[in-house]
Amino acid sequence: MLSCKEATHLMSEGLDRKLGTGEQLQLRLHLAMCSGCRNFREQMDFLRAACRNFPGRDKADESQPPK
Amino acid sequence: MPDTALIDDDFVTAIRRDLLKFAQLQLRDAALAEDAVQEALAAACSGSRQFAGRAALKTWVFSILRHKIVDLIRQQSRTTNISALGDDEAGLDEAFDTLFKQNAHWRPEARPGDWGNPEEALRESRFWEVFEICLNHLPENTARVFMMREFLEFETAEVCSELAISVSNCNVILHRARNGLRRCLETSWFAPGEKPC
Repeated sequence: MLSCKEATHLMSEGLDRKLGTGEQLQLRLHLAMCSGCRNFREQMDFLRAACRNFPGRDKADESQPPK
Repeated sequence: MPDTALIDDDFVTAIRRDLLKFAQLQLRDAALAEDAVQEALAAACSGSRQFAGRAALKTWVFSILRHKIVDLIRQQSRTTNISALGDDEAGLDEAFDTLFKQNAHWRPEARPGDWGNPEEALRESRFWEVFEICLNHLPENTARVFMMREFLEFETAEVCSELAISVSNCNVILHRARNGLRRCLETSWFAPGEKPC
């Protein structure tokens, strides 16, 4: 059974590599029971979205806020 | 020179500002950032490519800047030990450990909260100020690895090999950075005032 601490490491690594089947299963089981870790995962996803949308980046282009 | 019709003073000013901010966050050295941006713009102007529009041109200039930044980081990584654990890194790790009980499950008061619809924050300029402050709060080497991954969008394996650190070390550093940022945003933006301090 994964601890929350281990789960956070897996969730971070999940942003960098495809987790193995066993890892995915363990994580899914853990998340099903742990709201703190579910929130953690959403926060991780949000961090990535924030980095991709950082203002001025090429991808966030053409929609500069009016000055 | 790329299509001159695309390039007016406003465009150059705006793109320069964006490039500088990007380079500065990444390099944390105003003079180095200035040089990298200057070189990227010069390289962009000496090319003779055609672009479908400003967005395409901007993407291209950014990609030149990315290469310049990586070159600089690569040079620096030869003289500094990126994976060395400084006091500030150790501090972040200790702060992380205090979030858990002895059985490695969240302490009730430290359990990550529900941020609601955080995407709404992306439209607020005040949020981006906080985000930048939080990025700058990360220890320098931690931020560097994180930004190579998330801002320069390198695969983790590339980050590790560029900086000559092991994959497991990379994972540790990225986890530290993400959790540090998460905590900073949680206290500074998503739940200000709720935490006793």
